[in-house]
Amino acid sequence: MNKRFTRILATSITAAALVGGLAACGKGSASATSQDGNEITMWTHNAGNPDELAAIESIVDKYNKSGAAKAQIKVQAFPQDSYNDSVVSAAAAGKLPCIVDIDGPNVPNWAWAKYLTPLKLSTDLSKNLPSTVAKWEGETYAVGYYDVALAMLARASDLKAAGVRAATVEKPWTKEEFQDALTKLKALGKWQYPLDMGTAGTGEWLPYAYSPLLQSFGGDLVNRDGFQSADGALNGDKAVEWAAWFRGLADQGFMAKKSGKDSTQDFLNNKSGLVYTGSWAADKARKALGKDLTVMPSVDLGNGPKIGGASWQWGVTSGCKNSEAAMDYLSYSLKPENIAAVATATGTIPATDEAAALIPAFAEGGENRVFMELSRQQAVMRPETPAYPFIATEYGKAVQDILAGADPKTVLDKAVKAIDANIKSNGGYKN
Amino acid sequence: MKNVLRLNSIGAMAVRILFAAAAAFPIVFMLVSSLKPDQQIFGDMSSVAAFLPIGNISLDNYTAVFDRVPAARFLINSVGVSAVTVVLGIFINSLCAFALSRMQVRGKRVVFTAILATLIVPFQTLALPLVWWVNQLPYFELNGFSLEISKGWLDTYQVQIIPFIANAFSIYLYHQYFESIPKELDEAARIDGAGWFKIYRQVVMPLAGPATATVAILTFLPAWNSYLWPLMVVQSEELRPVMIGIQYFFQLNVSWGEVMAYASLITVPVVVLFIAFQRSFINSIASSGVKG
Repeated sequence: MNKRFTRILATSITAAALVGGLAACGKGSASATSQDGNEITMWTHNAGNPDELAAIESIVDKYNKSGAAKAQIKVQAFPQDSYNDSVVSAAAAGKLPCIVDIDGPNVPNWAWAKYLTPLKLSTDLSKNLPSTVAKWEGETYAVGYYDVALAMLARASDLKAAGVRAATVEKPWTKEEFQDALTKLKALGKWQYPLDMGTAGTGEWLPYAYSPLLQSFGGDLVNRDGFQSADGALNGDKAVEWAAWFRGLADQGFMAKKSGKDSTQDFLNNKSGLVYTGSWAADKARKALGKDLTVMPSVDLGNGPKIGGASWQWGVTSGCKNSEAAMDYLSYSLKPENIAAVATATGTIPATDEAAALIPAFAEGGENRVFMELSRQQAVMRPETPAYPFIATEYGKAVQDILAGADPKTVLDKAVKAIDANIKSNGGYKN
Repeated sequence: MKNVLRLNSIGAMAVRILFAAAAAFPIVFMLVSSLKPDQQIFGDMSSVAAFLPIGNISLDNYTAVFDRVPAARFLINSVGVSAVTVVLGIFINSLCAFALSRMQVRGKRVVFTAILATLIVPFQTLALPLVWWVNQLPYFELNGFSLEISKGWLDTYQVQIIPFIANAFSIYLYHQYFESIPKELDEAARIDGAGWFKIYRQVVMPLAGPATATVAILTFLPAWNSYLWPLMVVQSEELRPVMIGIQYFFQLNVSWGEVMAYASLITVPVVVLFIAFQRSFINSIASSGVKG
């Protein structure tokens, strides 16, 4: 027994030595990276997305070898779902890299928190899709290579069988037509729920997907005049009407209160007839359904069809000691061929027409061109205020409560109260 | 009478099988789904086929996992970090518990109460201040023949280990176990000339095997499942543990077969460890009346 314990003790000492060893050799490359030398670090959310990461690394590689590089760029990739937490922790420790990518609606918050510095690029951004350029207080803080667009996917054969016309960008469904289409599709008896709105989604999906429907009714997440209160916008008559309508889709048996985890896959497995999703699902659906796939715009619920704008974008941190090099790299990376390479790798909407012309699917007449039109015509930016992350969380909770059967007016009043209190406690999020 | 007893035992067995099946079904589903393409996983969901390795079965998802994530590196990191945390945790916490149980020191009850009080503070509330603290700590680095000192432990292995070595629950568990060991054994050892460390090493610890097994498992599990902390303090891919890897799969289009394959890969070591320590673990729980 004693021998056994001696072994345990020896193992402990070895482990202690191991920790010492780890301490000596286990420092990651992130911290070792100098930002004020000739190397700057760039963080991206693409770990686990080999195609997009490879496209980004290819741009960096070309820049580093261009001969005109003002610094060598080093890429560090993080998984998307936890990326924001990593950035916030690094900011708390004063360890942000020089270049970061950011989900568009969070840009004002990061700018307000002084994580980001205004961009000074040599590239003309005036021709970019408006939703790919993030501004706050008159300054541009981030720019993206692409955007995504919400749409509805259906099978042409199902619409024909139900006697329903396919909606188009020029003539989207009205609220009444949508109700009629759902009634007829349900009557086919093919699905328990003909519509899948992705109600199992969480996080940013909730405001991204459902606030455009609220806006199409005439409501909004916050009063955009000064962004100081949500009163009237999020709990006014139009907002309550939206909430009752949304809840009604579940009450009438058109959609599940909680859909499956993967709405696109469920649609492809014929568990729904109509799926509300994003442009990212189109290529997969087209591959599975071929010409039977119909891409339709969102519904016009009174104020025209709306979709959310802004996806991942790039910014330079305020603590970057070589911001000139960081700006130079970003300017270089915004060349049409670079934008096209990333948009091709991700199946997303390229930020400029010049880049779109390089991608057959997005060029004039291409099968994905419709998404570019949707983005240009229907995108509404999520409120450009530092309060957005809080607003998004409160709105997400409200959506889930409404679906669960809570009284819409009570739920929305509660959300407004919380949002207004948050804005007030942060001094109105003034710069 | 015999028939009634037999029926009773058959009934009890049936109930046990039912409970065992309920406990096993998520793991079976995970393992089986890891062998199927996405479309089939969702297609089989509404029938018992979801739990059977039938249809289009292959190891493609496992191949894809290694293409998407440096899974081997993550596994090695987690094994290393967890093992070192466990070994040092057993040593440090048992020493602390021994002192609190055996030594006559003024104020030791206060110290013990203070240690136990830390159990009620959730880690999430400490996480951000802890990030700040570890970023202030000195860091020693060998550069050729010179020893360089810099500041900040972020993005290292030790930042994933050292904050989790001292553990109030492990100290409590050891303390309770040591209290059940007769103090006469210490006195006998003292008469034979043993000092405190020898009593700890040669008398008390050898009798505390079940407590050690329990502490090993209860330290290993959170170390292996660690997610929030490495997310906050580790930036380099080469230092990340396995749990961060699961996030690599949640892209706009999720491949659920790959998620299941990765989940299977990272579950196996935990199951193996539990099976290895099962008997001691159950003994310790039975003798200390502590549930994990």
